[in-house]
Amino acid sequence: MSAPPKSESLRDAYGQTLVELGEADPNLVVLDADLSGSTRTVLFGQKFPDRFFNVGVMEPTMMTIASGLALGGRTVFASTFAVFAAGQAYNAVRQSVCYNHANVKIVATHGGLLVGGDGGTHQIVEDIGLMRGLPGMTVIVPADAPTTRAATRAVAAREGPAYVRLTRENLPVVTDGAFEVGKAAELRSGSDLTIVAVGALLARGLEVAEDLAKVGLSVRVLDFASVKPFDEPALLRAARETGAILVLEEHSVLTGVGALVASATSENYPVPVRRVGVPDVFGESGDPWALLDRYGMSKERVRNEAWELLRLRGKVQ
Amino acid sequence: MGEEGSAELIASLQARAREIRPEIIRMIYAAGGGHPGGSLSVTDLVTALLFHEMRGDPADYRRPDRDRLVLSKGHAAPALYAALAVRGVLPREELLTLRKLGSRLQGHVDRNKLPFVEASTGCLGQGIGMAVGMALDARLAHRANRVYALLGDGECQAGLTWEALMAGGHYRLSNLLVILDRNGLETDGATEAIMGIEPIADKFRAFRYHTLEIDGHDFGQILAAFAEARRFTDGPSAIVARTVKGKGVSFMEGQHSWHGKAPSKAEAEKALAELGVPGEVPPR
Repeated sequence: MSAPPKSESLRDAYGQTLVELGEADPNLVVLDADLSGSTRTVLFGQKFPDRFFNVGVMEPTMMTIASGLALGGRTVFASTFAVFAAGQAYNAVRQSVCYNHANVKIVATHGGLLVGGDGGTHQIVEDIGLMRGLPGMTVIVPADAPTTRAATRAVAAREGPAYVRLTRENLPVVTDGAFEVGKAAELRSGSDLTIVAVGALLARGLEVAEDLAKVGLSVRVLDFASVKPFDEPALLRAARETGAILVLEEHSVLTGVGALVASATSENYPVPVRRVGVPDVFGESGDPWALLDRYGMSKERVRNEAWELLRLRGKVQ
Repeated sequence: MGEEGSAELIASLQARAREIRPEIIRMIYAAGGGHPGGSLSVTDLVTALLFHEMRGDPADYRRPDRDRLVLSKGHAAPALYAALAVRGVLPREELLTLRKLGSRLQGHVDRNKLPFVEASTGCLGQGIGMAVGMALDARLAHRANRVYALLGDGECQAGLTWEALMAGGHYRLSNLLVILDRNGLETDGATEAIMGIEPIADKFRAFRYHTLEIDGHDFGQILAAFAEARRFTDGPSAIVARTVKGKGVSFMEGQHSWHGKAPSKAEAEKALAELGVPGEVPPR
């Protein structure tokens, strides 16, 4: 029911990295829409007030202004909560950022149910689907602070639009931050089953893999932080070598990473795929971690789905 | 406002506009679709911008200090394409590729296909924000260039327009000039009958714009307003340019039904005759 220990803030990692990037690149500018304390862009704003624009509650126009700044040759970061960045501002992101191929990096905090008390209005579970459907968009979903730092640097260095989805809650450090756009990171090797996970559920996937190892089952775990472009070779290798894939994401199963994995495998190397994520419903207020359990992403559910796939594979009775 | 344009300059701009309007009719006829009404209403404004006001050769679209035009009403694309062709930047024959597969001349302007376009627009309410971003960029870089945003009046019903206008006023962007093509009509009818935007000049003023009201087909007034906006350095300026939708073609003037449809062959021939260039229409 509570977050595992040794957790770090992804948002702080983002804000601190922005300051470092701003020191190195005098052309980098940052925009926020009245949530700079929460997104942590305030750290950049305090250091570089001339290059920080808090535009207030106008998220779509934050994206159009960001585009105009980027077309002059700048690297532009724009931050707000995910529900506003991907939801409220969708068509501005589509036309002004993506259609223009503007060099705008949207770093959206508060993705998914882990928003908690603010409730279903603010818990967007559709953003990965919306953003990965946009031509030219890079989509990254870090699982911890080290990957957040690396992803922030990676999208800054990469020309073109990007969407980085961060989680409000602190998350356990599970990676070494060796993130690369387009690459899946194999955090655990295995041959009986592969768990593909993004964001907050990666830690849960690793726990379940660890538990299953104790009973002699070998579960591979891939951090799929780079959702677009995604590492198709690593995914298909996992399909061939482990014969089944379990996808974990704090996102709607209709349009998220599970849908991506299911389509990529069924077209290229069909294996059983199961998706753990948010069913086709809105969230509600509650303790963030209790919400994950309530909406079908409990550790028990992950274990049961893994067991079912292992049974299909003939690895367990 | 003083007298800015000499009689000679005004006559030359009128001559350019007389070349541009028939091209708009030809290309929309050839395309079998497009937006003649709003293209004809902005023609004189676009002519004054491209042939006089804006600094920098439009062909030299990579120069950082060039002035920038954002056509927020991206459906007026034919007016911009025709003006660029008359300016010698686009081959005239390319105009007939409007809206055709593989053309650089998209139905709404596209900077990635046609490099003389500063911002891809189309869905309304977004170009003004991009112009605000460009003006902020110029200020940060200590560049002297100006940014022009050409808005439609239907677009003034969009919340995004006012968000962006608010930002331009807040940041006191004296290098930004917003020009409203106030032709009074949108797709379904009169703006004031559908969702009234008046008193529009007062609204711009309330959003901290130095606001001028002119006849958008009178080059003397257009040039004077541009010059006055250039002289005003205490924040952004706005020009409410009263125009006639379909200007120059009698049966299109003031008719909202000509917002977004192509003329028939007979209509195109009649329009070209009225515009002073009777003759064959291009194939379609």
